[in-house]
Amino acid sequence: MWVLKVRMKMNKLNLDQNMIQDSRRLAKQIAIDVQKFIDQHTTVTVERTVCRLLGIDGVDSFDVPIPNLLVDDVQNNGDLSRGIALTIASALQATGKNLPDFISAYLLGTVKLCGHPYVSCDQVRQILDPYMQVTFAKIKENRDTRDAFLLAYPQPKTEIYVIVATGNIYEDIVQAKAAATAGADIIAVIRSTAQSLLDYVPYGITTEGFGGTYATQANFKLMRAALDEVSKTEKRYIKLVNYASGLCMPEIAAMAAIERLDVLLNDSMYGIIFRDINMQRTFVDQYFSRRINAYSGVVINTGEDNYLTTSDAFTQAHTVLASQFINEQFAYCAGLPSKLMGLGHAFEIDPEIENSFLYEIAQAQMCREIFPQAPLKYMPPTKHITGNIFRAYEQNALFNIATTMTDQSIHLLGMMTEAIHTPFLSDRYLAIQNAKMIKKSMKSFSDEVSYRPDGLICNRAKDVLRQAHELLEEIAQMSLFKALEQGVFADIKRSFTGGKGLTGVLEKHPDYQNPVLDYIEGVSHEN
Amino acid sequence: MKIKPYGDTSNDGKVQLSFTLPIKIGALGMEAAKQLGKQMGLIDPSVVSMEAIGENFSFYIVYGSVTHQIDLSLLKVAEITTPTFDKEAVEKLIADHFDRDLVFIGASTGTDAHTVGIDAIMNMKGYAGHYGLERYAGIKAYNLGSQVPNEVFIREAKRLHADVLLISQTVTQKDVHLKNMVELVELLEAEHMRNDVILVCGGARISHELAKELGYDAGFGPGKFAEDVASFAVLELIRKKNKTKK
Repeated sequence: MWVLKVRMKMNKLNLDQNMIQDSRRLAKQIAIDVQKFIDQHTTVTVERTVCRLLGIDGVDSFDVPIPNLLVDDVQNNGDLSRGIALTIASALQATGKNLPDFISAYLLGTVKLCGHPYVSCDQVRQILDPYMQVTFAKIKENRDTRDAFLLAYPQPKTEIYVIVATGNIYEDIVQAKAAATAGADIIAVIRSTAQSLLDYVPYGITTEGFGGTYATQANFKLMRAALDEVSKTEKRYIKLVNYASGLCMPEIAAMAAIERLDVLLNDSMYGIIFRDINMQRTFVDQYFSRRINAYSGVVINTGEDNYLTTSDAFTQAHTVLASQFINEQFAYCAGLPSKLMGLGHAFEIDPEIENSFLYEIAQAQMCREIFPQAPLKYMPPTKHITGNIFRAYEQNALFNIATTMTDQSIHLLGMMTEAIHTPFLSDRYLAIQNAKMIKKSMKSFSDEVSYRPDGLICNRAKDVLRQAHELLEEIAQMSLFKALEQGVFADIKRSFTGGKGLTGVLEKHPDYQNPVLDYIEGVSHEN
Repeated sequence: MKIKPYGDTSNDGKVQLSFTLPIKIGALGMEAAKQLGKQMGLIDPSVVSMEAIGENFSFYIVYGSVTHQIDLSLLKVAEITTPTFDKEAVEKLIADHFDRDLVFIGASTGTDAHTVGIDAIMNMKGYAGHYGLERYAGIKAYNLGSQVPNEVFIREAKRLHADVLLISQTVTQKDVHLKNMVELVELLEAEHMRNDVILVCGGARISHELAKELGYDAGFGPGKFAEDVASFAVLELIRKKNKTKK
């Protein structure tokens, strides 16, 4: 009975299964082509992440994070293309110090990091293994804690996701707790504007930011503790989200793993397209960050919804699907299972278009059927919100109905004050009430409806799939690098050597060492 | 002429407001909401709804009548007085008055990561059926995207010999956008470029009046499209050109 129900639900649009399969094949070809490049390169943030996973944290007297100090030192005075692990292990061997003592001495200037004779590959592993095992044990413990929470409080089919963004972590906590009590299941702390462009992660507790709050490990810890408290009183596990995008993707992923975040924005191409970060840099960084997410059991959210804020949601719908196929394959390359792939899409068609709601249903249902295991992230209308808060509330209701009708997983609520200000406490509350009423009153709606095989909705979904397949064929032929140069996504063109962060990309030396990556690549976990 | 808000009868002065108070829901909160309405100048404020938001906050919807009235004859507003032409008319204006393409560059400057506004005005597709500047014959439009520092913006303006600079500010916090917009004007003045360009800003909370105050030639708020911006800028460029001729 259950199987029958699922099958019915998953096949309302009668999509061409061969075309879906072939799209996956093309996307895989596209991803593997880039993966070859990834495997031959490392970046400064990848190496800083190695430091962090060895347990190196903190800042010097000028507030420079120690991982940055070390990596910059090796880049200037050593050979970073061999991996920072080799330099650190060699320095520990030569000085006879343990890692914490070495770092203390290094900060005092009594020992040097570079210039020591290199130890062997086996020695690197042997010397560093005890340090990284401490971190991995901590991450494993976090996974177990999360699993225990989810066992005690099973999660709903559709989770309500809201954002807090005050700039002050303590104020964020007040708002996050209020939102969770009102019914939110997932809380995202928006980052301070332009943090994605910093080539380091700020340190410590922060109470000032622009348009958001700095993502720091200390802020993560505070918010996690606050949400654990609400989780227990509400008897729902409240998930915490942050952003592993920008120039520090793997570092944020490492910090999130250590502080038990549950969801990370972690797209394979978002930084390239929307933050003008160099594509070589982003591809290498996203891989390591996703490897960490796979190990820590963090759900990734991809950013296809953003395409529709610059491109037209009606004519460019297929680019979203094509990108989802590609993001899925990159995620597989990094060991992420489907159930951790929160592929993104959005409700952004101009409501002035006749039947726009039907086209939204087509897209959302299609996405659901093509990625049945994925915890899809569905984004609310933002582009066609005018400042009329009452109209926005109506648009958000339509979006909430689409969410419920098509069984979306991560339901990012729209705010009626979108584009006016960062949400007031009451904006968030009203949005949650809106979503909850629709969710309750339409609970079994999706089980009750099917769509006319020759109707508008089925035909629209077929068209979008066909166009996405065509686009994937084109991309596979020219390579993803070329496709990005031609601006196939969001109408934005990015060059192979343009954008920010290229100087932080290095070709790996034949003797490149990264015991941390080797370990997580090798671990077969029970995702 | 003096006016008051109109609810369902002339001069009834009815307004609605909603707000959150940082206290637990209850009779005390309701009375506080009512008193707040009174202090704001409402006659007979009526709390029509109150709901708990979390443990320590409560939300109120209040109706009441304002005693205040506005004498329209005393008000002064800055409005863009030049007419708006449609795309074809703008293109014709350019063709008739210039023997070259006009260069528009635009960006969401400073820390603002939103491109919705600048895209609506510049991108080929435009917004709500109004084509963007990229589609205009006679206009070379360069959309530099978001988070463009003022220095970079000015450098690009120089390099591209821009005639018109478009600044978009969408979502900002604690008025950082004002500081950023003023800084751009100062930098342009320091570079002796201010008089060579038409400087226009736009965004959800930008008014023409605010724009003039900050030293811009014009400001476009919600509900304005590419043709509004293009008409203003092209007419200004024509005016400038005629002035220098004289």
